[in-house]
Amino acid sequence: MGWINIYAASVTDTSQGVLDFSTLYGKQLQWIGFSTVIIVIIIAIDSKFYERFSGVFYIISMLSLVGLFIFGSTVNGATSWYNLGGSSIQPSEFAKGATVLALANYLNEPNRDLSNLKDQLSAFSILLLPAILIILQPDAGSALIYFALIFVLYREGLPAIYLGLGFLAIVLFLLTLYAGFTSSIIIVFSILTLFFVYLLNTKKFQLNREWPKVIMLYVFIGLFLFSVDYVFNNVFEQRHRDRFSIVLGKNVDTKGIGYNTNQSMLTIGSGGLTGKGFLEGDRTQGNFVPEQDTDYIFSTVGEEWGFIGSSAVIIIFIAFILRIIRVAERQKSKFSRVFGYSIATIFFFHFMINVGMVIGLLPTIGIPLPFFSYGGSSLWGFTILLFVFIRLDADRTYEW
Amino acid sequence: MEKKYIAYFSILLVGLIFIARLFYIQVIDTKYKPSPLNNSAVAVKYDYPERGFIYDRNGELIVANQLSYDIMIVPRDVKTLDTLEFCNLLKIEKDDFIRKYKKARIYSPRLPSVFVAQMSKNDYAYLQEKMYKYKGFYIQKRSLRQYSLNSAANVLGYIGEVNNTLLNKNSYYQQGELIGINGVEKEYEEALRGLKGVKFIQRNRFNKEIGPYKDGMYDTLATVGKDVTITLDIKLQKYAEDLMINKRGGIVALEPTTGEILSLVSSPTYDPNLLVGRERSKNYKKLRADEASNPLYDRSLLAQYPPGSPFKIINALIGLQEQVITPQTHFYCYGGFKYGRSSKAFMKCHCGTNGSAVQLDRGIYKSCNSYFANTYKRIIEKYPTSSEGMKTWSDHVKSFGLGDYLHNDLSTGVKGVVPDEKLYNRMYPNFRWGPTTNISNAIGQGEILTTPIQLANITAIVANRGFYFTPHIIKKIDNKPIQMDKFTVPKRTTINPEYFDPVVEGMFHVVENPGGTARWSKVEGIEICGKTGTAENPHGQDHSIFIAFAPKDKPKIAIAVFVENGYWGSRWAGPIATLMIEKYLNGKSTRPWEEKRMHEGSIQDEYDKQLLMKELEKAAE
Repeated sequence: MGWINIYAASVTDTSQGVLDFSTLYGKQLQWIGFSTVIIVIIIAIDSKFYERFSGVFYIISMLSLVGLFIFGSTVNGATSWYNLGGSSIQPSEFAKGATVLALANYLNEPNRDLSNLKDQLSAFSILLLPAILIILQPDAGSALIYFALIFVLYREGLPAIYLGLGFLAIVLFLLTLYAGFTSSIIIVFSILTLFFVYLLNTKKFQLNREWPKVIMLYVFIGLFLFSVDYVFNNVFEQRHRDRFSIVLGKNVDTKGIGYNTNQSMLTIGSGGLTGKGFLEGDRTQGNFVPEQDTDYIFSTVGEEWGFIGSSAVIIIFIAFILRIIRVAERQKSKFSRVFGYSIATIFFFHFMINVGMVIGLLPTIGIPLPFFSYGGSSLWGFTILLFVFIRLDADRTYEW
Repeated sequence: MEKKYIAYFSILLVGLIFIARLFYIQVIDTKYKPSPLNNSAVAVKYDYPERGFIYDRNGELIVANQLSYDIMIVPRDVKTLDTLEFCNLLKIEKDDFIRKYKKARIYSPRLPSVFVAQMSKNDYAYLQEKMYKYKGFYIQKRSLRQYSLNSAANVLGYIGEVNNTLLNKNSYYQQGELIGINGVEKEYEEALRGLKGVKFIQRNRFNKEIGPYKDGMYDTLATVGKDVTITLDIKLQKYAEDLMINKRGGIVALEPTTGEILSLVSSPTYDPNLLVGRERSKNYKKLRADEASNPLYDRSLLAQYPPGSPFKIINALIGLQEQVITPQTHFYCYGGFKYGRSSKAFMKCHCGTNGSAVQLDRGIYKSCNSYFANTYKRIIEKYPTSSEGMKTWSDHVKSFGLGDYLHNDLSTGVKGVVPDEKLYNRMYPNFRWGPTTNISNAIGQGEILTTPIQLANITAIVANRGFYFTPHIIKKIDNKPIQMDKFTVPKRTTINPEYFDPVVEGMFHVVENPGGTARWSKVEGIEICGKTGTAENPHGQDHSIFIAFAPKDKPKIAIAVFVENGYWGSRWAGPIATLMIEKYLNGKSTRPWEEKRMHEGSIQDEYDKQLLMKELEKAAE
């Protein structure tokens, strides 16, 4: 259980990071207090409980997501919150845990085979349902995490071609955005043609037999590129387009849409090697970075603790995630392993997208940094994920 | 199992990329490292100290400060208001109001900008009570220059907004700050301005100030500007300016024993109060546009004229030094000097000595052209070649501070021209030139050009019998007398002191002798030494020139007066110079009729005629 210490360290880090925001600090401490209660409850409950009731959790959280469209309150354009008196709850944070439990439960059936198309479709639909509900809020950023969980399916036997196709799709997507439709189609087709010419020369490949497949491939890629271009220009809203443009370096407007990223980078950069010291960050004090207490919390770390502090945080996160994967790998029950992999994926994805955004490597996607960002729902969501897994891990010897 | 290594690998890779990126933005790239001065989280507030006052040599206050009031606007805070009433208060039109409001809004809705600049004290007193009604407007005090006397604008200079070139060169100044642009204001800017104080204030992202930055660690206090005392005698200056009314030209008066500038007059001049306050740029444009009389052009420092007859003094001194003449050497003048075989090669002379022997003394007080032409010819011909003779002559002339900047502390100046052998070798490459080629140098009429301040300096040299102190304007800074070697170490000419006495005697007779050219300017009780000059001028009437110093022994003032197109030396320049000497030495003039003649005298018709001629020429082209 060595990594509980890591978690404990993370929790103290949270309280320190949030100390900067005196008004929110107390509130966050309350959330932390509640989460300790949750931890106690989770640890107290038998591990079998999670497996058995995963379907119920899944259904409840899906209903809560659906309920948002009726009872939800709208903040920043997304209907993602339930307003409960003084505070609000974001069900999508809890839906992650429920979905992961359901997925683990589904894959735990002994005869599941992810190379089988029927099982693939079922597994995908478990992930797609919450994703679609969240996209409709609309909160596309939070929904992305469900697509990342495909990696877990890969671990559990999904053919690599899906991952490869997904990766290829991302590459082509970015290429189209960066170079434009016409030039990227020329680039891709010439690479493909060179590839086929090479294959022809090695005599391993006979064009007269395989030509329909080749033509299909060309048509498919052409259609994909076209649809990316079409979706980007006609389906995406302007703000989405702008966010991509900033990261791709097409747009350098530091006053308008690029303001967040620019300010956050200035703030981090001003920290220098050793940082300005705790509570000494003038740009943090001046509230220059919008959403600094939630999504841009990492810029505070960068300013006040400098390069040394922020890289330490990154190292802790990486070690934490690696630790989860290692623990997941040693699970004897498939349920626990899938669950472990899933939460590692979730933590990693959140970490990568959030920090990547704050340091200007990825487009602006509003998702929190686990255990750092202000917010009760996300703290509780991550706490539940983590401690359910600890509970599962604690019981692994009795699994047989 | 290798699948888990893919996971490990990609997680580690992302971690490494992030750390590398952080290293780049936090440690390598300086773009992200703001100093407190260009940190957008920190507001910089300047505390401008009051500019130093300027006093004259007798402690009279010349330049002080007046408060002025700017109406500032913060567009975001403006609430609905009675526009009509407000416009009436500010004395602006409603259209003006809307235009100014839009301009401020475009500049920034949050930052204050000037709405109406430089209101008068009276307007302020009235407005102050009403301002509470107009949210988003407030009054800011500023310090402006105030001139107690309408005088010495050319010496004092003015202040204005610092320009972009200087902004890039000097990091002290910020956009929109005031700086001395000309004259004493420019030359002693650093002493006068003091040091502004800086306050750093922490801001949040709405530009709201939330307290001192780092508890005022970097803040500095303002240092008040130092008072400056200049060498000018402002009463004499004003007196001279009044005498020069309706006449163009320059006057420079020096104290020979120190090189201090007593007055520095350029006529026509302008009221220094014109270049202060709301009307500044309008007035500046107007002054600038007046090309014919050009009041912004400092004639006492910048105008180069042929020195005319006063230059004969220098030729006499060189002649004595080179021992080609003695005070007893005499020449004969038959109405001119024939320097060639052609009948045109004849320099006319109006000395009226008609063939009687002319010695040095008489040559000076009668201003005999023939005498100095002979002397000049002898100087050049003393040497085997004209080049060598010319070089010797030229070096002597240059030792009087001619042909070069005086390296003084005035903000402008020109070199003037002293011809030398190189010039003539260039002018006549295929011709064996000799003293007769440039014989007009003998009477200060050839290639040689001087400015009034150089001419005054020559006068001071003669008064001192052979040396001078660089003319300067600064006397005290912060009430401590200036100790600058360049102003306190005397500079000697190449002429031995004993050769000055006969020349001084001649100059004394210019005024004193009944036959002297300036006998009408004689002042009872003061021994004035002078020399008239009438410099030919291709554009119109001759220039009227007079140099003088007094008293003859232990001189207290040396003066050069230059009146453009003033016909002849004793007509304008002579009386003005002697009136000023009287005024300076005795405090008042014994010749009110001369004062009256000077005040009423005008050469404007001559200037108008020249302007007309110029326009006609242009039209003819």
